[in-house]
Amino acid sequence: MTNSAAVIHSNVHPMPQAASDAAVEVRGICKKYNDVEALRMIDLDFPRGKLTTLLGPSGCGKTTLLKIIAGLIEPTSGEVRVNGRPVTGPGPERAFVFQDFALMPWATVMRNVAFGLELRGMGKAERQSIARKYIAEVGLAGFEDKYPHELSGGMRQRVGLARAFAVNADVLLLDEPFSAVDEQNRRKFQEDLLRLVEKERKTFIFVTHSIEEAVYVSDRIVLLSRRPGRVSQIIEPKIDRTASPDAIRRDQGYLDTVEEIWQGLKHYVD
Amino acid sequence: MTLFGYRVPMMASLLVWCAIWELVGHAGFLFLIPPLSSVLVAGVAMVQTGTWQSAALITLHSFVIGMALAIVVGVVLGVLMGRFKAVDELFSIWVNIFVSAPLSALVPVLMILFGMGETTVIVTVFLFAVWIIVLDTRAGIQHVPKSLIEMGRSYGASTFALYGKIVLLAALPEILAGIRLGLVRGVKGVVIGQLLVSIIGYGELFELYSRSFDMENFWALTIILFAAAMLMSAAVEHIEKKVEYYAGVR
Repeated sequence: MTNSAAVIHSNVHPMPQAASDAAVEVRGICKKYNDVEALRMIDLDFPRGKLTTLLGPSGCGKTTLLKIIAGLIEPTSGEVRVNGRPVTGPGPERAFVFQDFALMPWATVMRNVAFGLELRGMGKAERQSIARKYIAEVGLAGFEDKYPHELSGGMRQRVGLARAFAVNADVLLLDEPFSAVDEQNRRKFQEDLLRLVEKERKTFIFVTHSIEEAVYVSDRIVLLSRRPGRVSQIIEPKIDRTASPDAIRRDQGYLDTVEEIWQGLKHYVD
Repeated sequence: MTLFGYRVPMMASLLVWCAIWELVGHAGFLFLIPPLSSVLVAGVAMVQTGTWQSAALITLHSFVIGMALAIVVGVVLGVLMGRFKAVDELFSIWVNIFVSAPLSALVPVLMILFGMGETTVIVTVFLFAVWIIVLDTRAGIQHVPKSLIEMGRSYGASTFALYGKIVLLAALPEILAGIRLGLVRGVKGVVIGQLLVSIIGYGELFELYSRSFDMENFWALTIILFAAAMLMSAAVEHIEKKVEYYAGVR
């Protein structure tokens, strides 16, 4: 993809800016699976307190990049720094939200949400009071003693989100969190996510293949090209988020950014 | 099941077969099959004898030790095979051979290795039960969703916590199914071991009654054994049902 793609109203940077306060820095990340090159020389900064989206066609390595940042996958070369410290594996300053929720089906909502704290050896009363707070925060108050199979897909992902919030990490990594959630719930969920981003003041890194979703929730969108995944464009949607969700979805800036990204990605679609 | 518009209870088919047995027994054209009622009478008398009680104890003892070993070894080996490719490649050929091999043929060899006593019976129980437990555990471990393991790792689980709190619980439905099948095979193992090897315990009684054509006692013995095997299997199945609700939604 070329950088001559339409520059409409949003700021398009050919290269990532050296952000003064980056929570996560990605430097020269390459990843090869045997002969397949998944990621090539990724350099990115993720500004603190912002929601940055990794967007791209399927197979562009966006989930791989997220899992490298999470410390779940080793890069072939390059380095990730979180709060200035190099990543060698998973760490307490990062929390992950999984595409398929990754809830323990034998555990209640309460135990699932408190699980990160349980693994850290926190006492039962303390971790449950923290978990209870975040269960309410994601709108599941009253469901503490339910099991995952008693919840809808959207509610299950809220449990996954509450679990990530409960460990009080600086950086939240969300891997296509809404892709297994039906459309109505997904919209409601996106709105709730924006509210939580505002409230929790954490750094979010969000992977999605939905252009609308990316434009709707992101402060910053990183477009990745198809395999080997490279950064092809960085877009900062200028959208007034104080407006109501419905107003945002009808906002001209929102629609133009969606269109701009679509034009950029269109040629990847077979 | 309904018959002529009436609901027939679950155990009805069993009653039908019991009635047929009773009639065949009374007809008396096959001395091998005495009436069920006299078998039951013989059974009640038999369980009160010291001979039966000590035989049952010996049998139970070998069975419990053999099964405990089979469950521990089976689950550990199954987990290792499910998680590590090298272990899987090293053992899978043997597990697959032994799970379907006619193990009774091996019992005489075991006798040479382990002598004429209880050890051989325990080893027989172990060998009958362990392979299916290995295979089912391995399958269960391989079906643990990758994301659950990633979840554990990303939230800082130690290796111990990862297995104890996630992997084993996620594989529990398959592990229990393996143990249930293993128990049934273990019952076969204990009787075959006792019969072929070291005429002790239940095997000794079988030998005694069948040789003297004491068919009442022979059948009573058989019924007790079958009932015990079915009860154990049903007990594990009951636990399985309890955990099944989550197996379906993984």
